[in-house]
Amino acid sequence: MDILIAIGILGGLGLVFGLVLSAASKVFYVETDPRLEKLNECLPGANCGGCGYAGCGGYAEAVLKGEAAIGLCASGGTECAQAMGEIMGVKVSDVARKVALVRCSGYRGVDADGKETGAKLKGEYEGFSDCLAASKVGGNGPLACKFGCLGFGNCVKACKYDALHIVDGVAKVDTERCKGCMACATACPRNLIVPVDYDKHTVIACASHAKGAVTVRGCTQGCIGCGICVKICPHDAIKIENNLAIIDYSICTSCGLCSAVCPKKLIASPIDTPEEVLAIVKAHMKK
Amino acid sequence: MGEGYIQALLGILLSAVLTENYILVKFYGICPFMGVSKKIDTALGMGMAVTFVMALASAACWAVNLALVALQAEYMQTVAFILVIASIVQVVEMFLKKSVPALYKALGVFLPLITTNCAVLGVALVNVQEGYDFLQSVINGAAGGLGFTLAIVLFASMRERVDKTDCPQAFKGFPITLISAGLLALAFMGFSGLKIF
Repeated sequence: MDILIAIGILGGLGLVFGLVLSAASKVFYVETDPRLEKLNECLPGANCGGCGYAGCGGYAEAVLKGEAAIGLCASGGTECAQAMGEIMGVKVSDVARKVALVRCSGYRGVDADGKETGAKLKGEYEGFSDCLAASKVGGNGPLACKFGCLGFGNCVKACKYDALHIVDGVAKVDTERCKGCMACATACPRNLIVPVDYDKHTVIACASHAKGAVTVRGCTQGCIGCGICVKICPHDAIKIENNLAIIDYSICTSCGLCSAVCPKKLIASPIDTPEEVLAIVKAHMKK
Repeated sequence: MGEGYIQALLGILLSAVLTENYILVKFYGICPFMGVSKKIDTALGMGMAVTFVMALASAACWAVNLALVALQAEYMQTVAFILVIASIVQVVEMFLKKSVPALYKALGVFLPLITTNCAVLGVALVNVQEGYDFLQSVINGAAGGLGFTLAIVLFASMRERVDKTDCPQAFKGFPITLISAGLLALAFMGFSGLKIF
């Protein structure tokens, strides 16, 4: 008899709650656009936040409402943008793949003559292994350069794709792994990390706005604002702002002339062999 | 309602928040306590959601318990309460999605997680054991939730700082988290002598 009561009670409760729930699901039914689910399926689901919305779901909703443009998802790339465009009924052009660039080249090492190269330290920092904490100590942190990478890896911790590593004291981006979500840029207390086009090789990896002499004292690799790159650029894509060269990527063709002439070898080169570079520079000089 | 009754209510409130804190003294609901305490914001969200559901579950379980007592089936309290809590969480989720979308968004994934939070079941069972009436049960539920919020927010702020420290490799991550939780529980032991009423 007891067992029947037990079954009856639980069965009854279950029945009552089941009815309440099914009634509630009718009463509180919220209409959702079937396209929302499809949009969500297109997105990579990494919830990196690179698009500026709270996760992939947030971005899908914003696209559906027409608040956000299609193609903001750097990690999904062209494929994702086209799939989303198909759902929304718009044509989408190719999305340029963006990767992160750490604007510092102060890799510490020793050159052929045994001289120390890279960013100089003005003291030893022994505290929290954290860039923000380090940058607050001793007047702009342990580096002599107040713009350079501190190398405590806040960006490394922020990266979800294992695309950032500290190499010789400076964060370095693995461009093959980088999805361009720019989570690292938010984590960097010195605002060193910026998005650049994946296929642009000529990037200026220095953020020092200090005068040339000050930059040289702090680092062997810093941009001193000499302006040689400005003079050689055939497209007028480079200008010097506050002692730092800045490339306008809407004009730059990645020809590589600037990287060939930079006395600090700051600008990465799209051309492999030094002979080729020399040939290009010579040809340009004749003009 | 006499003065003594109000004093009893205040006593329930105080003991649920401090002296008999469901997390740090009774050790219920450790899973969300460890799982969602990485950031203060999310900890606060979880705390609010738990408070809301605990108060509601206390009320509903009180009613269900009346039926169980009438049928002389008190031994079924645990299983019946689990059913009640799970259903309540579902209904609350649907209700919020329709009526208060902002709150629904803020609580997000925490709401369904509460279904499996044993602190909620613990409160309902304590209500029955102590023989609380309806008002006392609801107060105990809400105060238990507030105690949960207090504990998880305190713990989250601790973890945010501990994460930044240079602690020995062997303790990094979960071990140091468990140790800090133990220390926080030890601190709450200090409230056990507290008697106001």
